[in-house]
Amino acid sequence: MLITCPYCGPRDVIEFTYQGDGNRERPQPASQDLDAWNAYVYDRLNPAGDHNEIWQHSGGCRAHLRVVRNTLTHEISSVAFTRGDHKVAARHKAEGKL
Amino acid sequence: MVERQSPLEPAPLELELRTGSHGDFEHGIEVILSETRPGSILQLAAWPGREKELIAGIRTVTGLALPDGAGAGSTDGARSAFGFAPGKFTVVDEAEGLASAFANVVTPAIGTVTDLSHGRTAIRIAGPKAEWVLAKFFAIDFALPAFPVGAGRSTMHHDVFAQIQRTGADQFDIYVFRSFARSFWKALCHAGEEVGYEVQ
Repeated sequence: MLITCPYCGPRDVIEFTYQGDGNRERPQPASQDLDAWNAYVYDRLNPAGDHNEIWQHSGGCRAHLRVVRNTLTHEISSVAFTRGDHKVAARHKAEGKL
Repeated sequence: MVERQSPLEPAPLELELRTGSHGDFEHGIEVILSETRPGSILQLAAWPGREKELIAGIRTVTGLALPDGAGAGSTDGARSAFGFAPGKFTVVDEAEGLASAFANVVTPAIGTVTDLSHGRTAIRIAGPKAEWVLAKFFAIDFALPAFPVGAGRSTMHHDVFAQIQRTGADQFDIYVFRSFARSFWKALCHAGEEVGYEVQ
């Protein structure tokens, strides 16, 4: 399986580390919403098809990547840096971190 | 600065580490291995949005103009610089003291300067079969159009992380962790045996 890193180009999957499901939304650290924490830790979509994933190019540029991989064919339809991720950036802005 | 001892020395018993010709060199030496021992190896990183200022800073200090693009780099023989990740650059100088030269140029507002001079070993592989030997190690395209002179790549051989810069049409400088340098060097020697290699 090849993953086309936006910086390094196509590289073998052995250079990459899987960082987990990209659909999870982490509750605020101070949150006491147990259902939200339970969903974050345990609930997975487990789709037979396109799946949002986070990978790190740990054996290359070390960037974290948002990858859409088809769980049936291993076809990768998109790869992007998580850096500058709109959803995360919007949340940081709302929290006054940016 | 503290005097550095090469991780490739001393080598009284290991044939591969001694200078001279090794392997199948009767038919000619097609690969030359050497340790370049630069005085300074730095990693520079820019905060998001400050990359252009960092690239300008590299030009100010080293005189090297980095072309645009991922992995782009430049070398003048004594000094080399290349991008190895978004907003991150490796800068190398034969002389010591490069970190202090950058201290006033790359300010904390622009990015960071990390001195890796003692943490990396620089190995040079040159010769007509250098591409061919490296292709046995790394699953990347070493052909000149895909990997132009000056450009850098970060990849790994098994778990040995390596930054590779092409410093000539048939010459590559490889930066590996110092603690892995000896075994990596021996692996390079074994890979070069069948084409004949010389240690300088």
